[in-house]
Amino acid sequence: MTEIIGMVFIVIGLIFDLFGCLGLVRLPDVYNRLQASTKCVTLGTCSILFGLFLFKGFTASGIKSILGIIFIILTAPVSAHALARGAHKSGVKLCKGSVCDKYAEDKG
Amino acid sequence: MKKSRIILFILALLIWMFLSWPPDYQHLIIGILVAGFVSFMTGDMFVKRAHLFKHLSRYLWFLYYIPLFIWECMKANIDVAYRVAHPDLPINPGIVKVKTTLKSDTGLTFLANSITLTPGTMTVDIDPEHGFLYIHWIDVKDKDMQKATQIIVQRFERVLKRIFE
Amino acid sequence: MRRLRWLSGLILIIIILGILIFYPLPSMLEWQSAFLKHSFYVLFFCGVFCLWRILRGPTAADRAVAIDILGILILGFCAILGIPTGREWYIDIGIAWALQSFISTLALAKYLEGRGLEE
Repeated sequence: MTEIIGMVFIVIGLIFDLFGCLGLVRLPDVYNRLQASTKCVTLGTCSILFGLFLFKGFTASGIKSILGIIFIILTAPVSAHALARGAHKSGVKLCKGSVCDKYAEDKG
Repeated sequence: MKKSRIILFILALLIWMFLSWPPDYQHLIIGILVAGFVSFMTGDMFVKRAHLFKHLSRYLWFLYYIPLFIWECMKANIDVAYRVAHPDLPINPGIVKVKTTLKSDTGLTFLANSITLTPGTMTVDIDPEHGFLYIHWIDVKDKDMQKATQIIVQRFERVLKRIFE
Repeated sequence: MRRLRWLSGLILIIIILGILIFYPLPSMLEWQSAFLKHSFYVLFFCGVFCLWRILRGPTAADRAVAIDILGILILGFCAILGIPTGREWYIDIGIAWALQSFISTLALAKYLEGRGLEE
């Protein structure tokens, strides 16, 4: 039974990964791409690792997959934040339909 | 600071034991040696305010924070998947400025990470002196600072203030 | 015109994924392990999208984003690969790769920031 639930989690993770990488191709701007891909790929990979934990139980690789979930949730937003700040400081403009840019007004 | 070193030692030993899972006395001895060395060298760089670790209510609020975070994360993913798969790409992006009242470094980091993983928002920069956060919003509903603060920040702020302040 | 392009892309993706996952049709007895063995083609497809963004990206920041995402995808790839083969050390490779990818992303972000200041 747990194997069926694990497979459901793995399939949900694969679908979210596919949507995240589709957003990486389709969206028009660095910041929008960063949003879509970071959110979807983080939750998708966490779901895959949780499915692996349901398959393996409390063995070595199961415990390591739980550690991997904690590690990804802590580090993926940090790297997205650093990349967005670096892109803004290196002079990448927002895309054409953007509404406002308070950061450029404040920092010059 | 002795207490912060002991907390860091316990955390490092726990992570080491989970990474070498089937528990064994050889792994335990190596883990104690390495974790002791690391906590002796880094000292109180990692844990700054050690007295916060003995309040029980902070752990209970943290347990309440986890399901809230997972629910917001699921909503964010479905929202992003809808926007990506729609043929007209319904986006309306912009960078807005919001204000927070959190002061500590750990609280600000957790707030920025939660904002990044929740629907349509992503932190671009933090100004810790004045408490400003610059946020890229994929669907701007309001350009004003007060209303954007109400919409984005206040879900998490009241919980995170009880955990980290 | 735009709707037509969207529809053709959808049909193309569904056809390619269907062929990759279901082509050697698994028998009913061992469909579980067969499906797992074939399902990491989806992650392979995601990796192809990331590589396309690395090739085409107009600025350096786009390429850095795609590299970051590829590092997280490989952790999922190693996790799935560990189940049907029954080898436990794939997840170790995945965690080490994700750590290295995180540190290299921070270095890339620092590099982007510094070049903007010099100009």
